Amino acid sequence: MSETRIVEVRRKVLKENDLLARRLRDRFQSAGTRVISLVSSPGSGKTTLLERLLTDLRPQHCVAALVGDLATENDAARLARSGAPVKQITTGTVCHLDASMVERALDGWPVEEVDYLFIENVGNLVCPSSFDLGEDLRLVLVSTTEGEDKPLKYPTIFNTADVAVITKLDMAQAADINMDLLIQNIHGVRPGMPIFRVSARSGQGLHELEQFLTATLNKAKVAQVQ
Amino acid sequence: MHELSIALSIVDGVLEELDLQKLGKVEVVYVRLGRLSGVDKDALSFSYEVACEGTALVNSRLVIEEVEVAILCSACGVERRTRSFPLLACAECGAAGERVLHGEELEITAMEMVH
Repeated sequence: MSETRIVEVRRKVLKENDLLARRLRDRFQSAGTRVISLVSSPGSGKTTLLERLLTDLRPQHCVAALVGDLATENDAARLARSGAPVKQITTGTVCHLDASMVERALDGWPVEEVDYLFIENVGNLVCPSSFDLGEDLRLVLVSTTEGEDKPLKYPTIFNTADVAVITKLDMAQAADINMDLLIQNIHGVRPGMPIFRVSARSGQGLHELEQFLTATLNKAKVAQVQ
Repeated sequence: MHELSIALSIVDGVLEELDLQKLGKVEVVYVRLGRLSGVDKDALSFSYEVACEGTALVNSRLVIEEVEVAILCSACGVERRTRSFPLLACAECGAAGERVLHGEELEITAMEMVH
């Protein structure tokens, strides 16, 4: 008769990705490169916001971006208009970026010279949440046209992000969004989460977001030096 | 759907453990899946079968233990269940959670071997 026995393992399913992300994080830290990723559903305005951030930060800082999509190089072409170096990652059928895709995309790139590296994930509110990319800050975007209950429907992405950015503020009135309810829902699934409200089109709220990003990340840099 | 990526990672992880621990055939793989992990149980079960094809784990079974959300309550100061998913509010007093203690699990816990 055959005999069964249980062997305990205790191993994270995404151990490989976590290890690779840690290696990336170490590399970014020793290079002094700050890394910010953006996640949201398709059409929330990641690329438009990023185009503005790159353009605004470029005079004082060396910025660059990686942008993930299933197909096309359209977003890279749009972001390149900012003048910053941009690289497209096309994932084929994969619905999210993982640490190995980031590592491969950085191959031959002078990351060490970059102050702020932005990574725009594939537009998807579910899959990117599980994969650490080695970033310092993860921004989750939700646009005023998406409805107040997005955070309740997709809690994990809000839970794994550090900062929420409400985009398309210029459309808020037309979309008749209840802003207080949206904020309440974000804080319901992620208590205390910093929230910014911006319009990349009009520029409203961008300065505050940029100030926050540079201040927070510089603070991290100082802490690391000490 | 990223459950196939997750299932492939489970298969890779188990195969690596088998190799490390010089073990034989696996009948059952046990995983813990938090409700906040963002991974769907049914999609993962389906993907697991696909991911096992052509590997030493073919015909093995995946047993998924779901883990409820627990928070460190900012008012009570202890671990608490939450009032209603997905809100991170204390089931006892309604205060916000300071951090998530359980519910984000995505881990392989055990393998059942046959001799």
